Amino acid sequence: MSESKNDYDEMFGGAGDVREPYREYHDWVNSEDPGQLLRKSAEAETFFRRTGITFNVYGDTENTERLIPFDVVPRILSAWQWSKLARGIEQRVRAINAFLYDLYHQQEIIKAGRIPERLIAENSAFEPKMIGVNPPGGVYTHIVGIDLVRTDDNEFFVLEDNARTPSGVSYMLENRETMMQMFPELFSRIPVQNVGDYPKNLRRTLARSAPSACNGRPTIAVLTPGIHNSAYFEHSFLADQMGAELVEGHDLRVIDGRVAMRTTRGYEPIDVIYRRVDDEYLDPMNFNPDSMLGVPGILDVYRSGGITIANAPGTGVADDKAVYSYMPDIVEFYTGETPILKNVDTWRCSEPDSLAYVLDNLEELVVKEVHGSGGYGMLIGPTASKREIARFRKLLKNRPENYIAQPTLALSTVPILTKAGLAPRHVDLRPFVLVSPDRIDITPGGLTRVALKKGSLVVNSSQGGGTKDTWVLED
Amino acid sequence: MLGKSAGGLFWMFRYLERSENLARLLEAGFRIALTRSSAATSEWQSVIATAGVTEGFVARHSEYNAPNVVDFLLRDRDNTSSVRYVIEQARTNARLVRTALTREVWEATNECWMVLDQALQRPIRERDLPSVLATIKQQSTLVRGTLVGTMLRNDIYNFARLGTFIERTDNTARILDVKYYVLLPSLSHIGSSLDNVQWETILRSVSANRSYRWLNGEDINPTSIADFLILDRSMPRSIAHCMEEIVDNLDQLSNRYGERSECAEQATEMFSKLDRQPIDSILASGLHEFLKGFIQDTGQLSGQIEQDYRFYS
Repeated sequence: MSESKNDYDEMFGGAGDVREPYREYHDWVNSEDPGQLLRKSAEAETFFRRTGITFNVYGDTENTERLIPFDVVPRILSAWQWSKLARGIEQRVRAINAFLYDLYHQQEIIKAGRIPERLIAENSAFEPKMIGVNPPGGVYTHIVGIDLVRTDDNEFFVLEDNARTPSGVSYMLENRETMMQMFPELFSRIPVQNVGDYPKNLRRTLARSAPSACNGRPTIAVLTPGIHNSAYFEHSFLADQMGAELVEGHDLRVIDGRVAMRTTRGYEPIDVIYRRVDDEYLDPMNFNPDSMLGVPGILDVYRSGGITIANAPGTGVADDKAVYSYMPDIVEFYTGETPILKNVDTWRCSEPDSLAYVLDNLEELVVKEVHGSGGYGMLIGPTASKREIARFRKLLKNRPENYIAQPTLALSTVPILTKAGLAPRHVDLRPFVLVSPDRIDITPGGLTRVALKKGSLVVNSSQGGGTKDTWVLED
Repeated sequence: MLGKSAGGLFWMFRYLERSENLARLLEAGFRIALTRSSAATSEWQSVIATAGVTEGFVARHSEYNAPNVVDFLLRDRDNTSSVRYVIEQARTNARLVRTALTREVWEATNECWMVLDQALQRPIRERDLPSVLATIKQQSTLVRGTLVGTMLRNDIYNFARLGTFIERTDNTARILDVKYYVLLPSLSHIGSSLDNVQWETILRSVSANRSYRWLNGEDINPTSIADFLILDRSMPRSIAHCMEEIVDNLDQLSNRYGERSECAEQATEMFSKLDRQPIDSILASGLHEFLKGFIQDTGQLSGQIEQDYRFYS
């Protein structure tokens, strides 16, 4: 869907008046010299490049490191909007963890007929080796990102749950750092809730989930696929900020029932591993035998309580797009409450009636692969060419169970700074959640991604999206 | 710390040191080419030999001249001893060990890479060469400055310093070895003006032309040059100074880890052997043989450090 007058803009109301959370900021931005703001904007880019806040693009040989464009206009949420969202997020994350526990134990939800058995049985992210395993502290997904979109003042929808290895939190932190360096006066004028505790909280979350084998202060490591991974910057950033070791598979080995890292003084055991390696590559002995990224035997150590893996293997079963469509039921089933956050209406193409509807209305809908991510393998009906629609029609008929469809939402817009002044662009929001055995921490705000192209709805950094600092105002 | 990180730090600083040494080598060669055009070809040849890339150069270029040598040593990505390549490697290693570095060291390294990547985009014109070489030396100095000024004095620091001094001592030994014949006693009493230029070039390649004069006045002779570059501990690029630093850093590591390592033994042995020999006896028993042996020992020591501190396995 292209830009229309009806899209909800978070800064400006219908008659061009400024909405409440943006009033102070708007006064400030109006009093600034636009040329000076643009110069600051260029400065930000230099800052990001010097700091090395870059991401690698797969299959790009020459210029492999790129910057995610940063827009200097913050996205602002009021304290009460946020506290309502935070309650909804917390409820959803609790439900996801309870759901995972249930799936790998009694499967009550299937017995109760609330979700079909094939949803799990046919799900490649379901990990049979996790059946009956009790993760330390009962936590499956310690680090969660819930993607939200907004369509109106009070209308937020969950677009996607990221329960495996959500990324982007380093951008949230560096965006704030950059804003505070560039515009210190803004932060003394407008009270914004702090996000800087995230690394400390992450460390605490991981430490509190230490396994029974750990005695004393837990040794924590971040497992990265390596320097060529697109999110390597984030892996090293988080390890550095937490004071944890940054390890690769070849630094690790199973010794005497523990996972140990090769140090300059020999092998030393690790208690908690924050892995940024997919399940499939985690353990060549138990999963993909060709993996060079993992640690042979780590799953056996995990099952015997020798290490905590965060997030637990097999969590991916809770966040694919077919399961997503059942999330309202899942939340209700485990919390006994009405879901606070809404789901986007979703047609499961595996169901014949839904498929028929989707095929009849392709021009209006967004079609997504059940296991896809990063905005790839996706059809946005209203902006797609006839050829693309025809291609998806064929794909849908061949493998309907591989797709879901959703209405095209009128995503809210927030202005970005352009040469011609402020201009509205579509945004989404990824808040970051940390789950310890005894508490849940949600960083106020999260990462706002913005589609920099006028009218575009694709916010993914791999496809020309940018980011903004996200402010939650103090009460 | 992780063995891999120790290895990453070691190589990061070896590569940074190498970039600086390459710049010095080119500077000295360029100076000869400007002052003694007749000697230029053989001078460029020895620059390439000192960098240890004769084979690669010959495969690429048919003539030893300034544009070819400059391009090969500064810009050629296929040459693993070009400034461009070693700076990329230094930065890649810095990314690998990012969590072991202060923000200052990382940013200086990243900046070094960005500046040089830009400076080496296009072939270097003769008139730009001095400023490009100055930039290379300056950028690598900035990284070293942040290391000294912001890093904890712990094992991380030791591995960084080890990389620096292993590379430097190897480099000084190579410079001397390629030119050893001009320092031989049998030729020294001839003392032609060409010899003088050659001696100066050696000193320039290690940025020691002026410090030598401060110590020796106008008396420039091969024995005292050899003494200065091999045995003078006050000279920061001399073999003795580098060995002293290597021994010191390895001793510190042994103390920290509460275990005497094999490489510390080896380095101590190398250093005391060096200490026992006056320059006359080194020259008498053969400068080339001495340097060849020393370069070999340094290679072995580097391998032993790698093994003792588990860089790769």
